[in-house]
Amino acid sequence: MSVFATEAPALKTPLLQINDLTKHFALNGGFLGRAAGVVRAVDGVSFDVAGGETLGIVGESGCGKSTTARLLVDLIRPDSGQVVIDGRLVGVDMSVREMRRHMQMVFQDSYASLNPRMTMEDAIAFGPMVNGESKARALGLAHELLAKVGLEPVRFAGRYPHELSGGQRQRVNIARALAFSPKIVILDEAVSALDKSVEAQVLNLLADLKSELNLTYIFISHDLNVVRHISDRVMVMYLGQVVEIGPVNSLYAQPAHPYTRALLGAMPSMDPDRRTMEAPLAGDPPNPINPPTGCRFHTRCKFAAEVCSQSQPIQHILADARHYAACHAYTPGSGHPGLGMSS
Amino acid sequence: MTATTLDAIATVQKSPGYWNNVLRRFRRDPVAMFALFVVLALILMAVFAPLVAPADPYRASMLRRLRPIGTEGFPLGTDELGRDMLTRLIYGGRLSLLMGVTPVIIAFFVGSFIGITAGYLGGRVNTVLMRTIDVFFAFPSVLLAIALSGALGAGVFNGLLSLTIVFVPPIARIAESVTTAVRKIEYVEAARASGASAFTIVRVHVLGNVIGPIFVYATGLISVSLILASGLSFLGLGVKPPEPEWGLMLNTLRNAIYVQPWVAALPGLMIFITSISFNLLSDSLRSAMDVKS
Repeated sequence: MSVFATEAPALKTPLLQINDLTKHFALNGGFLGRAAGVVRAVDGVSFDVAGGETLGIVGESGCGKSTTARLLVDLIRPDSGQVVIDGRLVGVDMSVREMRRHMQMVFQDSYASLNPRMTMEDAIAFGPMVNGESKARALGLAHELLAKVGLEPVRFAGRYPHELSGGQRQRVNIARALAFSPKIVILDEAVSALDKSVEAQVLNLLADLKSELNLTYIFISHDLNVVRHISDRVMVMYLGQVVEIGPVNSLYAQPAHPYTRALLGAMPSMDPDRRTMEAPLAGDPPNPINPPTGCRFHTRCKFAAEVCSQSQPIQHILADARHYAACHAYTPGSGHPGLGMSS
Repeated sequence: MTATTLDAIATVQKSPGYWNNVLRRFRRDPVAMFALFVVLALILMAVFAPLVAPADPYRASMLRRLRPIGTEGFPLGTDELGRDMLTRLIYGGRLSLLMGVTPVIIAFFVGSFIGITAGYLGGRVNTVLMRTIDVFFAFPSVLLAIALSGALGAGVFNGLLSLTIVFVPPIARIAESVTTAVRKIEYVEAARASGASAFTIVRVHVLGNVIGPIFVYATGLISVSLILASGLSFLGLGVKPPEPEWGLMLNTLRNAIYVQPWVAALPGLMIFITSISFNLLSDSLRSAMDVKS
């Protein structure tokens, strides 16, 4: 399925391990600056990424996808949790500065990601220069990278962001991330704002770069089709938690968690005869300030049982050993009657 | 890196930068060029006052007090002590411009520093700095200037000091709000993800994007400063007689308003021309900068 399929990535030791990542934002506005509440943006998120694979992260807006990405590169400081790269714990065995050389990020808004007062070569050379590279070498690297992302250096190096198209700007943003020779690139909705034909070009570029530079991607998107196309494994998030994670084929063919099923059910079909007639999910996600007790999805889940509002489900291994879902229906003896279909 | 890439760097097609575009648009604006001409003329006139002025600004004569405009030898008449008005207006520009421009320049640096620091660091630093700044907003700027120079005592230096203190808070507030907005844009996040220090990020990424609006705002304050400085002198809190200064001249000539109204109004006219020129300059600068590309 995936164009990036690599041979048995699960057998390798994970390149990136995330343990129990948590971030609660304090809400200001209370009396005398006292916190009026906390937004549980990311709540106990754990996952592994093997070297060379692409992990897709999907979920509704506000589910904590982007916050997770920013926590990974320490743009937002996590409240708790561990980030381990190559077996080395960031903050203990590895400085945040070193971590950022291994893990870079591409943002959604290609225009806002580039300083409007900076030429493309300066934008790309900035990172290497603050990491001790000489200006001449950094600019040379910037030119090589521009060529690598398909932008002719002579034409584009001296340009400003407003002179480029969205696709070209996003190529520059990718080049800037690659200037560190990172192992992992986090693509936070990196192609979502592009129109479809340009999106396809950039996705192809990403695929080429991945095989050429042996990169590992964390691909965040709300576009389920693109995620299916590009990912080896997919992680589904809901209200700051991981509800399901598994290999792309297994997850798309046999979604286990009711939320994943609803999400996939909402995917527009190419075949008009198979159009979904009813909205698979009603309403908006609950407020993350006061998330529902127990399973956070139980307020919208049509399989919700009594146990769902009482205790939080744990990640349960499914038929495919690499496929997990956090749903009581799969936990024997939880008191949940099951989803009414075998899985 | 190969030799060819080095050659390529040299042959890169450079686009004109943002500031080049601003300068180009500014130069095409006739109002801007006219205002710039007036301001430069006033500054040159003040700097070269001894060469330009026809007489001694302090030489008084009881015999030729309050002559009208167009008097032989005194093209703009004489003041209440018989001194040549033209000479005194030319010399008056020295102190008036100094009092008008210097506080804004100092306040521009101090206010930008405070505002950008507060805006970029955010959090508690922001709260402490900006709430302190807010205290100054409790007083109207005119009253604050009068109170400060009243407390410090009259004189050019104290006048400058009190005016500077008056202009730091509004500039700091503008600087803080633009910096806070810029800090949240993704290119700053990308720069943070590159491991650059806060100082480097502010210098390379923030400064160039916030200094324009702050500068425009500050140039707009020059006219206010001129009028406040003249006001302080008018009240006897700035420049002391017999020094020529437009505000002070307006004060000492106010009794002559029924005898020689046109002569008495001349210092006011100078203040008006200067401040409107600075305002036009500020407006043109704003519109020259107000384009995305």
